[in-house]
Amino acid sequence: MKPFEQLVTEHGAMVLRVCRAVLGPDEAEDAWSETFLAALKAYPELSEAANTEAWLVTIAHRKAIDVTRKRARNPLPMEELPERPSADPQETDQDLWNAVKALPDRQREAIAFHYLAGLPHREVAAITGSTPEAVRRAASDGIKNLRRAYLVPATPSVAPVPVPVGSVPASTSISVPKGEAR
Amino acid sequence: MSTVEPESSALLAPLRDVDPAALLALQTRLAAAAAEAGLLDLSYTTLDTPIGRLLLAATDQGLVRVAFDRENHDAVLEQLADKISPRILHSAVRLEAAVRQLDEYFAGRRRVFELPLDWRLAKGFRREVLAHLPEIAYGQTESYAQVAAAAGNPKAVRAVGTACGTNPLPVVVPCHRVVRSDGSFGGYLGGTEAKQILLTLEAAA
Repeated sequence: MKPFEQLVTEHGAMVLRVCRAVLGPDEAEDAWSETFLAALKAYPELSEAANTEAWLVTIAHRKAIDVTRKRARNPLPMEELPERPSADPQETDQDLWNAVKALPDRQREAIAFHYLAGLPHREVAAITGSTPEAVRRAASDGIKNLRRAYLVPATPSVAPVPVPVGSVPASTSISVPKGEAR
Repeated sequence: MSTVEPESSALLAPLRDVDPAALLALQTRLAAAAAEAGLLDLSYTTLDTPIGRLLLAATDQGLVRVAFDRENHDAVLEQLADKISPRILHSAVRLEAAVRQLDEYFAGRRRVFELPLDWRLAKGFRREVLAHLPEIAYGQTESYAQVAAAAGNPKAVRAVGTACGTNPLPVVVPCHRVVRSDGSFGGYLGGTEAKQILLTLEAAA
């Protein structure tokens, strides 16, 4: 059997991507830790033939459900994602995160497990209790929705504001109105 | 990997960004949580020394394995996974004292190791042989025949050789102090050169 460390090295980044996409960046780190801790516990009993990626994603999926339920039980006022100054290079990412967050669960999971974890539709269906066809549809709808919510508003990009010659060169960061995320 | 059309790949690219530092912090946190939950059966770290990079592995009972570079650390970890437990994480937890004492030893500032040892990888007569080795004083040597006699079986000279050659805790359990009766070094799992470096270090200190 491989030392568990090897699983962490090989799949740690993948599991973090999945947790982020499903839960958002803030709760992802806790979910990542809980996923690997649960995996470590169960690891000696894992069959040698098992697909470790699918196994880890299955655990991550359960942990994400736990987190979501906990959140529903203790409805802490969820903070809206902070507005950032538009010069922040993270802003486009933030828009994408918001768009992912707004997706229906099935679509978000299909994107996370199929596109980010690289699992085939069949495996994703087994994990989420769905059918491969439904996963295929959810993944493609999810991509369509993301493209609409995230890419389209960004495309009619604000024309560069001409800076009058001799004006104060104080800040080149021009406040750009954020596209509605919907 | 399934085939992902490049278009969605580009769209999702920002979701793929994972900061290696963030991941490293998560791994450190995992090792600590695993130790706390009693799930860290083995932790290991590596240490650069004059005889190459050593791998150090410990259970909750103590240092269980010291491995030379030439043994192939990945292979050693797989053996540990099979023989002890696959619950292995890279983590300095439990290995701080071992790292410090080995550093001191290689700097010529330490003659005796004071570390809890987990002997589970040495069995029977081999273990009896190894248990005798720390009695050979720093800077001294004994022949395989002398060690066989000290371990209670004067005829078991070859078995002493095997015990030394399969010592799971080299350097710390000083099998390098066992040499041929004619004074030549004899074999060493870490290589003859490593044995020479260790004996020269001890002779000089």
